[in-house]
Amino acid sequence: MPYTISQVSIERQTMEPFKTHTGLAAPLDRANIDTDAIIPKQFLRKIERTGFGVHLFHEWRYLDYEGTKENPDFILNQPVFRRASILLTRDNFGCGSSREHAPWALADYGFKVIIAPSFADIFANNCVKNGILLITLKSSEVDELFQLVSHQPGIHFTADLSGQTLIAAGQQYSFSIHPFSKDCLLKGLDQIGWTMQFDKKISTYEQDLKRNKPWLA
Amino acid sequence: MGKALYEKIWEDHLVLSQPDATSLIYVDRHLVHEVTSPQAFAGLRVSRRTVRNPKKTFATMDHNVSTRTKDFSKTEPTSRLQMETLANNCKEFGITLYDFQHHDQGIVHVIGPELGITQPGMVIVCGDSHTSTHGAFGALAFGIGTSEVEHVLATQTLQQQKAKSMLIKVEGQLGFGVTAKDIILYIIGRIGTAGATGYVIEYGGGAIRSLSMEGRMTICNMTIEAGARAGMVAPDETTFRYLKGRDFSPKGKEWDQAVHYWRTLASDPGARFDKAIEIKAEDIEPMVTWGTSPGQVTSVSGQIPDPEEFANPVERTAARNALAYMDLQPKTPMTAIAIDKVFIGSCTNARIEDLRAAALLVKGRKVHPQVNAIVVPGSGRVREQAMREGLDKIFVDAGFEWRYAGCSMCLGMNDDQLKKGERCASTSNRNFEGRQGPGGRTHLMSPQMAVAAAIEGKITDVRKFLKN
Repeated sequence: MPYTISQVSIERQTMEPFKTHTGLAAPLDRANIDTDAIIPKQFLRKIERTGFGVHLFHEWRYLDYEGTKENPDFILNQPVFRRASILLTRDNFGCGSSREHAPWALADYGFKVIIAPSFADIFANNCVKNGILLITLKSSEVDELFQLVSHQPGIHFTADLSGQTLIAAGQQYSFSIHPFSKDCLLKGLDQIGWTMQFDKKISTYEQDLKRNKPWLA
Repeated sequence: MGKALYEKIWEDHLVLSQPDATSLIYVDRHLVHEVTSPQAFAGLRVSRRTVRNPKKTFATMDHNVSTRTKDFSKTEPTSRLQMETLANNCKEFGITLYDFQHHDQGIVHVIGPELGITQPGMVIVCGDSHTSTHGAFGALAFGIGTSEVEHVLATQTLQQQKAKSMLIKVEGQLGFGVTAKDIILYIIGRIGTAGATGYVIEYGGGAIRSLSMEGRMTICNMTIEAGARAGMVAPDETTFRYLKGRDFSPKGKEWDQAVHYWRTLASDPGARFDKAIEIKAEDIEPMVTWGTSPGQVTSVSGQIPDPEEFANPVERTAARNALAYMDLQPKTPMTAIAIDKVFIGSCTNARIEDLRAAALLVKGRKVHPQVNAIVVPGSGRVREQAMREGLDKIFVDAGFEWRYAGCSMCLGMNDDQLKKGERCASTSNRNFEGRQGPGGRTHLMSPQMAVAAAIEGKITDVRKFLKN
């Protein structure tokens, strides 16, 4: 196969620590929003991590395939929600494909926090690696927040990761998060570096494998 | 107390156990493809890290390869860049690559099992959600994101928290014309697309045991569509028979040693599961999706539901949106829906058994004149095997296009796409809006059902043909 050398220099994005965030909340009232909807397949051919924000929710956000005409009905295109950094949505957000391009697109667009009654598993892991805080609340609490945003469009919420609370219109909602995910977000941890401190344990495991299950070694 | 299959594999792979922080589990095999890996390799380079175990890492090109030609120069330029990037990365880091023109190239979840890379008791990961497929062998297999791909490349481990466990037993005998695809669509319809979020599902019961490896792979493949981290089936004689003699299967004394170990993996009697569901095989009919989520599914003898009859307001809105996108009316019988395209392919249903079952029905019949139908084998080997059996000729004579291996119209990253408004009977796994092409409309079903639709030009109950 006649490959040409196409070396591209790619800067690694380092994750910024997440402590608290106050921002404009936008409501996206749909369940089961899949990662194909978050970032469609035609934008996955890039070999960089950056520049996906402009294609976020492409099919809903634009009227044409090329993405030159905005759809004025789409919630994020409405003037009041333009600078949203907190996304309020429904069950099973981020389902489907494992593409990390979805959190790359959300983060690049400017989202720091996503609130929903549930998130898909792989998507949730990917968000932790990209400094996006996912806040899981009860369906009834999410309903309340949707009502709040519809009565007060443009309202700002505050997410406090250390205290594990979301504050909206003076109301406080507490959320749970796995302690390790919390730690990673708070410190902006290089997770590979973290694992590499256990290099000896990995080597020991590999030696045992050679002895006990040679076909796997 | 007895242990479940998942627990046994989990405990066997713990490099570091910290229930309150995170555990590190060892990854036995890492599969890599062109779309979700470039940024991971780039990350390694920037951090001056390397691939810890290149021999445990295997790569192929599948997502954006052309299925019309093997001429690399005719590939679309951005896809070509991704393929070149993968080839360069594999060369630099010493990773085995089944490239675009390699005889054994194919969909990563088809070639892993086919080459014997996939084995019971392993932890297998890949930057692709349908990695759950490999669980059919009694492996713990799941999809990961690109940052995790980089993590596995660098450390051969993954940070994981233990999932909850669910047992789904399918007892009894499958009805006439009912396949593994129908079982999994039925399950997703019943438990919902988030019904297994946070769980690893083990499938058991007589109807699962009597499935071939191909059928088990179809079920585990779409387990991700129910939100589960992984799906698995305990290994048994069917599994060992499938694996014996494959390229990377253990040989000689190691084979005996491996089988001895594999036999210990099945869940012990009395193993505890966080949740258990029992399904009667007799309740399952050939299934078809009507909406834009795999959970929006009914039997072929059913009809499009009326959104206004959904009690849950979120589901009601979802059904309304889905029918608007799909351009369908409530209460329409499923068999009244005309289709434009048929896609037989994908990591769900493009193995040799799928093509055989499809060809058997196609033989002596013609694709409806209004329908454009393609068959995309899952791998180069599947394609060759099918051609040895003359299946390609059966398909072509009936009016199907016979293609090269790749992911193709399952996600439309290459030039196999639905046009706006086109309706497709598809053997793939996702009917999301725009999945098979912007504005395209997807109905998921089994290969046999897709063939029936191709012949009739509309969604058709395959049992009608099978009776003849």
